[in-house]
This record gives sequence, structure tokens and C-alpha cells, in this order.
Amino acid sequence: MTTATAEAAAGQGRLVRYSSISRGRRRTLYWSYFFLIVFVIFFLTPPVYMFITSLKSSAEISAATNPWWVYHPTLSNYIDLLTSNQYLIFFRNSALVSVCVVSLTMFISVLAAFSLARMKFWGSATLATGVFLTYLIPDTLLFIPLFKTFAFIHDKTGIELINHWWVLIILLPTLTVPFCTWIMIGYFASIPKELDEAALIDGAGYIQMLTRIFIPVALPGIIAATIFCFTVSWANFLYPLAFTTSADQLTLPVGIVTTLIRGDVYAWGQIMTGALLGAAPPLIIYAFLMDYYIAGLTAGATKG
Amino acid sequence: MADVVARDLHIPAAGRQLTLQKFARRKSTIAFVMVLPLILVVAGLVIYPALYAISLAMMNKSMQYFNIFTAKNNFTFLFGRNTFWMVVEQTVLFAVTAVIFKALIGFIAAHFVHNLPAQGQRKWRGMLLIPWVIPPAMSTLAWLWLFDPSYSAFNWVFAHLGIPQVAWLGNPYWARFCVILVNVWVGSPFFLIMYLAALKSVPEQLHEAAAIDGANWLQKIWYVNLPMMRNIIQITALFSLIVTFANFDIVKILTNGGPVDQTHVFATWAFTLAIWGNDIPLGASVSLFMAPMLAIAAYFILRNIRRRGNEA
Repeated sequence: MTTATAEAAAGQGRLVRYSSISRGRRRTLYWSYFFLIVFVIFFLTPPVYMFITSLKSSAEISAATNPWWVYHPTLSNYIDLLTSNQYLIFFRNSALVSVCVVSLTMFISVLAAFSLARMKFWGSATLATGVFLTYLIPDTLLFIPLFKTFAFIHDKTGIELINHWWVLIILLPTLTVPFCTWIMIGYFASIPKELDEAALIDGAGYIQMLTRIFIPVALPGIIAATIFCFTVSWANFLYPLAFTTSADQLTLPVGIVTTLIRGDVYAWGQIMTGALLGAAPPLIIYAFLMDYYIAGLTAGATKG
Repeated sequence: MADVVARDLHIPAAGRQLTLQKFARRKSTIAFVMVLPLILVVAGLVIYPALYAISLAMMNKSMQYFNIFTAKNNFTFLFGRNTFWMVVEQTVLFAVTAVIFKALIGFIAAHFVHNLPAQGQRKWRGMLLIPWVIPPAMSTLAWLWLFDPSYSAFNWVFAHLGIPQVAWLGNPYWARFCVILVNVWVGSPFFLIMYLAALKSVPEQLHEAAAIDGANWLQKIWYVNLPMMRNIIQITALFSLIVTFANFDIVKILTNGGPVDQTHVFATWAFTLAIWGNDIPLGASVSLFMAPMLAIAAYFILRNIRRRGNEA
């Protein structure tokens, strides 16, 4: 086949060298590896540099030696942060917020997705699309009116909502619920109808149908949605920055930015250590559950 | 089918008169109760604040509505300010440039990963997705340290190569470049993953057919891959455009809008006006300028959903 093409091409006077497919393939492969290494260097420079800096003492950082190498590695930054009460409070706040947001979101969105995907009722299709559209409304548009509303609630009822870490449990579902519901609808809709018919004939109610059939069958989807939910609530920066101010109410990202950067004095070794430890939970989840993570990422757009 | 079964099972038992108990057992009632928490969250925490933002934009700093018959309101005030037009320009430049480069890098890298033997792809894909996994606030701190005015690690390399030093975040043009660069760094892995998934769905026979017709690699990409991936390319770019348009973390941490407001985008400027400047209505008016972008995106996404609904 190749020779025929080559002859035909040569007949037209074009110089096409199909000397060997395997050689051509190997050359493509080498170029692919070369460029992928360039991309990996670009993508991994900041995290690697974070790690390098986190092993340096302040003296070594300010000594203006080679920034890309550690001459006297030390764990003092890690020890300082992990024994500092403040950093552990940030960590605890972040963990509590994320766990609560994940549970709340998954409860709301699995119930709603089951209902929207399987139990058709008046307006259910419109509602499903509407939920997806609300996912497009960013937090940067919502935080100002929410801030004002909370101040108003305080004036009327005396309940102080601003400057408490738990207020994030109310706020973050605005970002997680619409998207999780949307991808759960996709996963539930792909479950064959025969399964719920069999369950109905066996006398299962809707709740049993959900807990005995839909949740076990769509478990990969539920894991993917949970991971998405956790990552979003762990990483969110705007809501805690706008709604909490006291040092003991901050979550990790805001805590690192506001307390470790004091005026113009940057404790870079500690900042990098803090940031690296803060990035660790999502990275660990990603390392173990990469396929679910990617499934969650692609489900959002391909099922759209 | 399930619906038919359900109706047969429940309706005859319920009879004509619906008591409260029977009503509670009806399928649509159960369905509605299950959706209720979702409706409450979306209505109370998304729809209501979004509408309240419009209402806020009509007020002055002391929360009184402007008289609609006079020309004085938040929008006329904003339109008369140079900073506002600078923010508009910067936001559009930032979002469009960042999305184009994210898409380009994602597209190219996806092709390279796709070229590799199947068993090796996993670990490359794993490494290339890391910027997307790290919380943006954390990775932006690393970039801030890389761009540090006196200890910049890039400048150290430049000094050894004999390239003049760069004031990364001090010079307005370089600051814009840095903000876009960090955004591209964070966002391109997402494009890579989406485009890789799309590439995998292009049938191999099409490439073989193109090869028989004498297509070179560029023609294969242009005439085979691009048309097959068009849908995913559009949707991903649109998604990213919304997110980039509303970006907050990167600009806030990296430059905080500086030098002299040259890198502010809508979100950071709205934050500065509303939370620091204590003028909540003005901040709300600025953040509303993100809405037209959302409306355009919503239109295209809805059209896409409807078209796919017809195909299915």
C-alpha cells in the first residue's frame, strides 16, 4: 500500500520519502517525547521550586546563592508550621469546611439528580437545564450581594454570619451543588431502565431503588463528583477572603496569604512550605484516584 | 417503561379521591420533595443574590435607590472613569489571550501525548495535569516567589545567560504578561485532558484513509482531527472563557491589581471597591459586567444541548 502511494506520488513528480514506516514513527515518537519534556518542565517548575524553597532556611534564601539548588537542606520550616497552633487551626478549618460541604452537596445533588433523571415530573427537564446554567454564575458575581444579605440578616435577627468559618458551609454549595447535580444526572441517565423496572416489579420503593441500585451502579460517578466537590471547597479563595477576617476563622489558602505575608516581610521558606502542605490533600487524592478525577473533569463537558 | 409500570401500580390503588396520604405517595410528589433541597439552595444562594446584585447596582453608597429620571447613577459614574475602561480592556485582553494560549498548548500537548504508545500515556498525562490539581491560590504563591523583585529565580538564570533583568511584576506590561502566563499555566492541563479525550474518539480509519490519500501530518490535523473535535473545542473554550473572565485568585495574589491598577480585572476591582472601599453598590455594578459574557455562553451551551438532544 505504501509503495503504491509512493510510486503514485513519485509519478506526479513530488518527492515523498516513505522509506520506512517504523523509522517515521520512531522519529515522531522522539519529537513527541522531546516536546512533552519541554511541557513537563513548564508545568512542574513552580511545584518543584516550592519544594526546593521549602527545604531552605531563611539565611540560605537571603544569601542569594543558586535559587535552584539546596546546599543545606533543613526540615525546620515543616517543623515550625506543623507545631504552630495557627497553621493547624487553618488546616482544621479547611478540613471541616470541605468535609461538611462534600456531605451536604452529595446529599442534595444525588437526591435531586435521581429525581430529575428518572422521575419525570412537570418542569423537570427545564429544571435540569436551569441547574446547569446556574453553574455558570461565578462566585465573583455572587459574593457582594451575599455579603450584603448576611449583613441585613444580622441587622434584623442578630445572627452574626460574617467572620465564622462555618458560614463557608452555607456559601460553598453555591459552587458545588449545580455541577455535581449535573454530572450525577448524566451518570444516572446512563443506567439502563431495565434495572429500575426489575426493582419496581420486586416491590422496591423509590428510596430503595436509589440506595440499592442507583448509588452502587453509579458509584464511579459519585466518587468523581465527590472529588470535584472536595477540590473546589478546599481551594476556594474568594469566599473565605471576603467573609472571614479573624486569624482563627480562616481557611488554609487565605490563612497562608494573609498571615504569613506580613507587610513587606515575606517568610518565603514558610510560605512555600505552607502552600505545599496545603496543596497536598488534593494532590494525594489525585495520585490515588486519577481516573475518577479525570472522569469528573471530562463528564462536565462531554455530557453537556 | 418504568413510568408506565409505576402508573399501573399506584394509580388504581389510589382511586379517584386523593387523600393526603395518597398524595404524599404519588410519584411526582416524591420527586418534587427530592428536588426541593436543590431548588432551595439554587434559588436562595444563586438566583436571589444574582437578582439582588442588579438591584444593588441601582443604589448609591448609602443604599438609597438613585432617582431613575436623573442621569446620575453608578453606571454613568463608571463610564466616566478612566480606570473602568482600563479594567474592561484588561479583562478582555486577559481572558481572550489566556484562553487562546491555553487552547493552543492543550491542543499541541494532547497530540504529543496521543502519539505515545498507549501504556506510557498514563504517567505523562498524570504529570501534565498537576497544575490543575494544585489549588490556584497555592500555585500562584509559588509564581509570586518566582517573580520576586530581588530574588527572582528567573532573573538568576537570565543573569547567568547574560540576558538583562526583568522587573516581572513592577512593569505594567510585564505584570500583564505574568498574570496571563500564570493563568495559562493553571488552565492548559484542563484543555489537554479534554482534547485528549476528544482525540481518542476520532476513528483511526479516518487517519488511514487520509494517509492513503497522501495527507501529511498537518493536513491530518486540519482536515480530520479539527472537524471531529470541533464540538469539544468550542465547549471547552467557552467554559474556560467564563472562568477566566471571572478569575479572581491569580490577579489578587500576584499583583493585587497593581502596578497602578494596570492589571485589575472585573472581579478584583469589584472586590476592592466593595469590601475595601466599602461601596457595595458600586462593586456590584462592576461585577455585573461579567453577566453579558455569561449570557453569550449560556446561549451557545443551550443551543449545544438542544442540538444533541435532537440527535439522540
